[in-house]
Amino acid sequence: MFDSTIRQLGQALRRREFSVSELTQTLLQRIEAFNPILNAFISPTPEVARQQAVAAEARLAAGTAEPLTGIPLAHKDLFCTAGVRTSCGSRMLANFIAPYESAVSERCQAAGMVMLGKTNMDEFAMGSSNENSFFGAVRNPWDRDCVPGGSSGGSAAAVAARLVPAATGTDTGGSIRQPAAFTGITGLKPTYGRVSRWGMVAFASSLDQGGVMARTAEDCALVLQAIAGFDPRDSTSADHAVPDYSATLDQDLSGLTLGVPQEYFSTGLDSAVEQCIQEAIAQYRKLGAQVREIRLPSSALAIPAYYVIAPAEASSNLARYDGVRYGYRCQDPEDLLDLYTRSRGEGFGAEVKRRIMVGTYALSAGYFDAYYRKAQQIRRLIREDFQNAFSEVDLIVGPTTPTTAFALGAQVDDPVTMYLNDIYTVAVNLAGLPALSHPVGLVENRPVGLQLIANYFNEALLLNSAHRYQQVSDWHQHLPPGCAD
Amino acid sequence: MQAAEVRHIAHLARLAVHDSEMSAYTRDLSAILDLVDQMNRIDTTGIEPLANPLEQVQRLRPDEITATDQRARYQGTAPQVERGLYLVPKVID
Repeated sequence: MFDSTIRQLGQALRRREFSVSELTQTLLQRIEAFNPILNAFISPTPEVARQQAVAAEARLAAGTAEPLTGIPLAHKDLFCTAGVRTSCGSRMLANFIAPYESAVSERCQAAGMVMLGKTNMDEFAMGSSNENSFFGAVRNPWDRDCVPGGSSGGSAAAVAARLVPAATGTDTGGSIRQPAAFTGITGLKPTYGRVSRWGMVAFASSLDQGGVMARTAEDCALVLQAIAGFDPRDSTSADHAVPDYSATLDQDLSGLTLGVPQEYFSTGLDSAVEQCIQEAIAQYRKLGAQVREIRLPSSALAIPAYYVIAPAEASSNLARYDGVRYGYRCQDPEDLLDLYTRSRGEGFGAEVKRRIMVGTYALSAGYFDAYYRKAQQIRRLIREDFQNAFSEVDLIVGPTTPTTAFALGAQVDDPVTMYLNDIYTVAVNLAGLPALSHPVGLVENRPVGLQLIANYFNEALLLNSAHRYQQVSDWHQHLPPGCAD
Repeated sequence: MQAAEVRHIAHLARLAVHDSEMSAYTRDLSAILDLVDQMNRIDTTGIEPLANPLEQVQRLRPDEITATDQRARYQGTAPQVERGLYLVPKVID
């Protein structure tokens, strides 16, 4: 039961092979057994799950069920959930119970999905290893001495270990795709504006985008269908029609042109990872795709520009945590300044403070043009690179990450080395494009992810391509060791 | 980046930084700024900055009241409130 995909679970529930409550109970027990080892969940929510399971069961019996009714999922702990703690992986929000529901969790609820809990994450979604969580690091189910990636590391570990068939994530610089690659699952970062940011705790507002992590592209299509679409409450939500993502999954790939950027196969890419990527590209050729080399000449500037724009926006967004209206407040403040500085100094962790400092510096008087303006100019060049490429190719393909999952603790003392994990993913956020990572191999029993990048609002093509690949491969079906029962 | 500059930025950001953390901050922030300075490898004169990846402008809506007063609910998450007011240390003597 726990190893089934969403599509299989939906069929089984309709055939009454088991009830929603039985399914929910099985997975809750699995969470109870595995969470002490993996630390994938900050807050399991068994009571909410049992109530929602009963409601879903009633819809199935009444014939008013939707495709996702009764399907369990977990939310990254930065989607606000009314009545359930939303910690954002931070001491700052360790006791925060949101007074309202995020658009994403609201839509999942309306579709009849059953929330099993809130997943662990790097604090305020800042990190590539999930070691920056106030609630402790998450372990990679494939190798428990390795990181699961981040920032959506808890969601990735939970899906990979079969604790839940799907989980939500967010991606500001690679936070869905990189952990998906490290844990051997499928992760989709939609076009900027495709999924409402309403009720998502803000990190960098021009980059943040909610998305989905599941084992197959087919399952990602089902969940994206539920969460995509215009929302007037998010001022950057795209008022753009949502296609039927499942309807085009089986389309033939012949005639499709894949572009392989030279810049994504440069120094730093692990040779065994590269081999898996080349084999996957060969598989896409067999499926009918044409492959050609392309250039994305501004790629090398993506990380430097990202580490201005993201911290600048973060320093502005995180100014709201003042110890007055919500969140952590220090003990016995001497005066108002002391209240602000100590509440923030004690409430935020090291990486969040580093980024606030970098962002504050970049936006401070006299530095704005040299940093923020310059970074935004580079952002335009990066966007133009992609637009030029998409005049020649349908999809861009390459590695999601330069290496497989690394050891816990290996990079914690070196922020710059940690930032380079996202070398192939951040440009996509700067350009606002949709991208997907799917598993294409194992190197020393650690998963490798392939990244597909599409033009704006073409999530359907990403899902179609990955689905076709998954019809002729079984990397998405491999279970991490120790997770088979 | 020197300690005095770190102190200035920490003040602007309203972050308490202990003396014991100062050397780590100067080291890490300098390393991050070195990374960021790679932007200067190219000349961007005349390139229009890009703020929104889809180049959207702010959507406006009619100026109508759409939200109801939910002060009590929102203040339910505040660290300290009294009679509908947020409490902070005394600001003016």
